[in-house]
Amino acid sequence: MNTFFLLALSLLIIILPCYLFRAIKGPNLFDRLIGLNGIASKSIIFLALLGAMTGQLDMFLDICLGYAALNLVGALAVGKFLEKRKPS
Amino acid sequence: MMNFIAIILICTGLFFSLVGAIGAIRLPDFYSRSHALGVMDTLGTLLILGGLASYYGLSVVTAKLFMIIMFFYLANPTITHVLTRAAFKSGLKPWSQDLL
Repeated sequence: MNTFFLLALSLLIIILPCYLFRAIKGPNLFDRLIGLNGIASKSIIFLALLGAMTGQLDMFLDICLGYAALNLVGALAVGKFLEKRKPS
Repeated sequence: MMNFIAIILICTGLFFSLVGAIGAIRLPDFYSRSHALGVMDTLGTLLILGGLASYYGLSVVTAKLFMIIMFFYLANPTITHVLTRAAFKSGLKPWSQDLL
């Protein structure tokens, strides 16, 4: 089962640069924001699988929950702030 | 048996995450990209965390995982909705065939 978690982690490392590409190259601001959101959710999965691989999942899950809450608050604040702006 | 269910759930979640990543690269427009990312990302994350929960059985870890699953299930569509609404209100035009 440990090997399976390692394989899943390596597949996630292949998936993550796709969102990084969208966050860097996105034509306007919202593309970058949504790429950042994808990176955040992928890193939540990454932390959970890493905790399952090392056998300390309860400690890693607290970090996951904090990361998810931080992502929600940040995205809500930036989205509310950008409602009246022109996309650049 | 629980290992088998966990492996199937995690593999399905990784497949959906991969489809979401391909959609984030290949689709032409912000709205379609946010569609791919919001739907596929939520489903993939929920499936992977559910697979971890079925691997660990009934314990404190499963309660924490269930908390994260409920929070993510509420949070990620909200984020996608807020960003898409902000893009639409700030005047971002949807992609259409005439622009080619």
